Amino acid sequence: MSVLTNAGATGYRPSRTLPLRAEIRRQASRRRTQGALGFMALLPLIVLVAFAFGGNNDEGSEGGAFDSLVDLATSGGLNFALFCLAVSAGFLLVVVVALFCGDPVASEAGWGSLRYLLAIPVPRARLLATKLIAALLYSLLALVILTGVALLAGTLRYGWHPLGSTVAAEIPPGQGLLRILGVAGYLAVSMLVVAGLAFLLTVLTDAPLAAVGGAVMLWILSSILDQITALGGIRNVLPTHYSDAWMGLLSTPAQVDDLVKGAISAVCYATVCWSLAFWRFTRKDVTS
Amino acid sequence: MSWSSRLPRLTRGRVIAGAVVLVLVAGLAGWAAWPETEDWTSRDQMLTVPTGPGGRGSVALDTRFYLPKDRDGKVPAVLLAHGFGGTKDSVRDDAESLASRGYAVLTWTAQGFGRSGGQIHLDNPDYEVRDAQGLLDWLAGRPEVRTDAAGDPRVGVVGGSYGGALALMLAGQDARVDAIVPSITWNDLGNVFLEQSADTATTGVFKKGWAGVFFGSSDGGPGGTPACGRFAADVCAAYLQVATTGVPDQKTLDVLRASSPAPILSKIKAPALLVQGEVDTLFPLSEADANARGIAAAGTPVRVAWFTGGHDGGEGPQTDQDRVKLLTLQWLDHYVKGEGDKPSDSFTYSRVAGFSALDRGLVTNGYSTDAYPGLSGTGSTQLSVEGPAQPIANPPNGNPGALSSLPGTGGRLSEILAGVASDIPGQFAAFQSSPLTEAVDVAGSPTVRLRAASPTGEATLFVKLYDVDQQGAETLSAGLVAPVRLTGLPKTIDAAPPVTVTLPAIVRQIDKGHSVRIVVATTDQAFLSPTQPATYTVAVDPALTLPTIVGEPIANPQTVWRYVLAGLLLAIVAGLVVVLLVRRRRLRRQHTPTEQGYADTPLVVKGLRKEYADGFVAVEEIGFTVERGQVVGLLGPNGAGKTTTLRVLMGLTMPTAGEALVFGHRLVPGSPVLSRVGALVEGPGFLPHLTGWENLQAYWRATGRPIEDARFEEALEIAGLGSSVHRRTRKYSHGMRQRLAIAQAMLGLPELLVLDEPTDGLDPPQIAEMRRVLKRYATDGRAVLVSSHLLAEVEQTCTHAVVVNKGRIVASGPVEEIVGESPSVQIEVSDVPAAAQVLSGLGVRSVTPDGPNGLIVDMNGTPRSEVVASLVRAGVDVDRVVPRRRLEDAFLALVGESSAGSGDR
Repeated sequence: MSVLTNAGATGYRPSRTLPLRAEIRRQASRRRTQGALGFMALLPLIVLVAFAFGGNNDEGSEGGAFDSLVDLATSGGLNFALFCLAVSAGFLLVVVVALFCGDPVASEAGWGSLRYLLAIPVPRARLLATKLIAALLYSLLALVILTGVALLAGTLRYGWHPLGSTVAAEIPPGQGLLRILGVAGYLAVSMLVVAGLAFLLTVLTDAPLAAVGGAVMLWILSSILDQITALGGIRNVLPTHYSDAWMGLLSTPAQVDDLVKGAISAVCYATVCWSLAFWRFTRKDVTS
Repeated sequence: MSWSSRLPRLTRGRVIAGAVVLVLVAGLAGWAAWPETEDWTSRDQMLTVPTGPGGRGSVALDTRFYLPKDRDGKVPAVLLAHGFGGTKDSVRDDAESLASRGYAVLTWTAQGFGRSGGQIHLDNPDYEVRDAQGLLDWLAGRPEVRTDAAGDPRVGVVGGSYGGALALMLAGQDARVDAIVPSITWNDLGNVFLEQSADTATTGVFKKGWAGVFFGSSDGGPGGTPACGRFAADVCAAYLQVATTGVPDQKTLDVLRASSPAPILSKIKAPALLVQGEVDTLFPLSEADANARGIAAAGTPVRVAWFTGGHDGGEGPQTDQDRVKLLTLQWLDHYVKGEGDKPSDSFTYSRVAGFSALDRGLVTNGYSTDAYPGLSGTGSTQLSVEGPAQPIANPPNGNPGALSSLPGTGGRLSEILAGVASDIPGQFAAFQSSPLTEAVDVAGSPTVRLRAASPTGEATLFVKLYDVDQQGAETLSAGLVAPVRLTGLPKTIDAAPPVTVTLPAIVRQIDKGHSVRIVVATTDQAFLSPTQPATYTVAVDPALTLPTIVGEPIANPQTVWRYVLAGLLLAIVAGLVVVLLVRRRRLRRQHTPTEQGYADTPLVVKGLRKEYADGFVAVEEIGFTVERGQVVGLLGPNGAGKTTTLRVLMGLTMPTAGEALVFGHRLVPGSPVLSRVGALVEGPGFLPHLTGWENLQAYWRATGRPIEDARFEEALEIAGLGSSVHRRTRKYSHGMRQRLAIAQAMLGLPELLVLDEPTDGLDPPQIAEMRRVLKRYATDGRAVLVSSHLLAEVEQTCTHAVVVNKGRIVASGPVEEIVGESPSVQIEVSDVPAAAQVLSGLGVRSVTPDGPNGLIVDMNGTPRSEVVASLVRAGVDVDRVVPRRRLEDAFLALVGESSAGSGDR
């Protein structure tokens, strides 16, 4: 490799540019990152306080399996964590993941610092890969914080009890913890769709808001279309079609068929989006 | 960005991308909208068949005959009967599906329904069954239908509920039937509507809920009456009689008996596949069990399958529907078509495993056992239920009544399984087991022994089995209850003899830790209870028998998706590895200089052209060289193409033609040689939330180079920001940002420094300082390229200058040469023609008029003093003599045109 370094300046190696740690530090110093992660830690506590104030006077709520999650939320730490995940899965996580994945390239382009990174030069594919990995790590961290704080706070407040649901028998705490981790894991996988869309958009635009908002709006659009049963088989290929499949983990034995299909869908979407993002970014003129 | 608003030009990449998207969209839309090609034909017609005792009457039936389009000779037939209240249209999907499998399918509307004539006789052998025999005759006469003998078509009879009983009774009455698949149907209507779960001869309890649903579903069409709808008089009378009293008379019993397959089961010779629903309070599993035993007793092949559905539960989950469909086709294919292996005797059933998150429906797991075990299971578990004898009250007319099921509402399966059950305090007695030490897979009819005492000597009771979880929430499996009517009871419980109560068959896993609760209630809204109030005393013996089956799980076809997922992940990993290998190889090539001759020249630009996708040409053709030690100024008006050129030099933009060589390396995006170039292009770009110092640090970290190579101190000295370097760049003024950007460009002291308008935003002393810095920087073999639109700046800073306009080089060379005195002078004279004449005699190279009294003269070495002297001598007044400079020449050439503007380049 010593011959190869001749082309660049002393000490310059393309494979050492923009180290993952540098990118993580770049993002960590941002208020946006700190705020989003902080909120993930705060949410379970807010919910906890809300439950403490609310008492249990909502006798009127009757119906589907999801409502039972609300009723059961205060029955133990596991159920509390499950509730926190369930309420976040539909929108909050989507926004947070879209924020982490839709922002990194577009914001650098917006500040004008992207061209200086490329002139270092950080190879374009490497820049994109580092940004993507850092964004995914932050997204994962957000999910881990949410799950961890919810488990901790819920267990301290409501105790360590079996995971209950009205669709199946209670699941003993040890196995219940695995189920909760499974739910979080599946959410992480299903969020790959958002990560894919947001990351593709962040490469296509210079406006971070457009990338984040665009990804969230596409997600919402897909959710709306998924409500229209008249679409029939087309719904199966919508990115959000399997977003609720994690509920299958609450029954005994766990229903994983939909999880598998959801994972296939998410992985396909993410791969296509990221491939397009790399294809585009390694070819485009950076004009910002 | 003005070009982006124009219509995009067609490029190859766009055409391909567009084509791919178009094909995808068209494919998706086509797949959704493609009309399904039907591989069958159908014909509607009214068929008149003999009906009534002895076939003396006749009835017109509304029929539809399906034939497969693609048939090879004669095809076997299926007679497909609909359920109560339906018409031939209710079974359309099944008929079409069977027709595409190669069967001639005859569907019809039974008499008393829809457009068919006649009245409802409840599958009476003389009416509905005889009608079906007429249809068999008709089928035998069809040239397309295969026959076993003259007048004997090869035919299977398929039907659900009302149609299922017809299939059984037709097979018992007509030996021409080759196979039957009756589903969710009855064995004995007397048992069904007067259900008795205790082992006593006493008539059971009237199932008023379902009977009312049935009786009310006659539409009262042609021939209907307000009281009876289209029911035949005897059926109507039977209903009115039993619904009024709750106790049937002999005539009613005769009507119900006549409409039941029970008496003729022994005559059925057609192999029967019996499909029964586990969520069916109308025709519970015991009806199919009775049919299976009756048919098997005659030596006829019988196969039984249960699914999670029925009159309460509907068609059930998709897996169950698929299983039932598969079994049906297997059965017909073998026994009617004569294809495929003989179906095994195995018994299949399904158990709720959970609910599907997607459609909120239930998910069931299928199981199979080698043979049908009946309702007592292949094994049993004994539990002990505890509770004292308890008094319970029967309210007058059974109101208020306990709720167990909602007949005829077709409620959601999940809700029914979750249980709508509720008991009325004071009306029920409960007997509960201790929590189970391990889960029990119940499949079949649990049995308990009940004792009851009644002041009237009679009691109507409802026995239920609840699954009670740790929190005390109780679930009544499938809403099934065991109605019991006892007579001849003593007045005290001690004297009461125990009777065995067979609870409805259920399929359920009772989990570990749950307990079982036996509830004996006096009312149930689905049944008719006594009008007179009374208080009974009931007791249940501790022994509770739960039949169990250990079935083999049926492989779930969905499992294939797991392999798909694994394959997909492998393919992605493999693809990623290939891409990385290809990229590594390509990167390696970038390290060899493309032109060895220029390996020591900081920058060579040759024939550079940049044309944007919309056709706008920002740079026509630019070529220049920057040697070591030079400070080269790229001079031109705004929009001349300076910035675009610098963007190419930084690898941000790809040139359309030509190339830029840095130390002999051809520049492409990400060329490693760019690391020897420091740049400021199009203004500073910093992370606003970091301080100036942190920004420089973050930038250097991103280079991945050793920290000591950065020379932060020197860079900071150049920036001259003082303590402001520790403020966030968000708060910086334009000039501060500019200085920090120049400092960033100089980090690591790159051999080539490229600065775009470096003095933009600086105040005069700073500009002067910057000039000094740049001049000093270009020593030690380093070089600087500065772009500017200010003539003076280039003149004072640079050693060399390149003047560009409209994307082309106008002039280039050492600044002294360009800025130095030009061979031409501008002369203002009083008499232009005379002056021109004088000058032409002096041997100058050219004389060009310039304005009304000006001339530009290329002196060609002639001293200016001599020119002036000659002119004066010739009597021409000389107002001014101005020596001209080359750079001005160059700029002058631009001035006339630059006002046209060339946009943002």
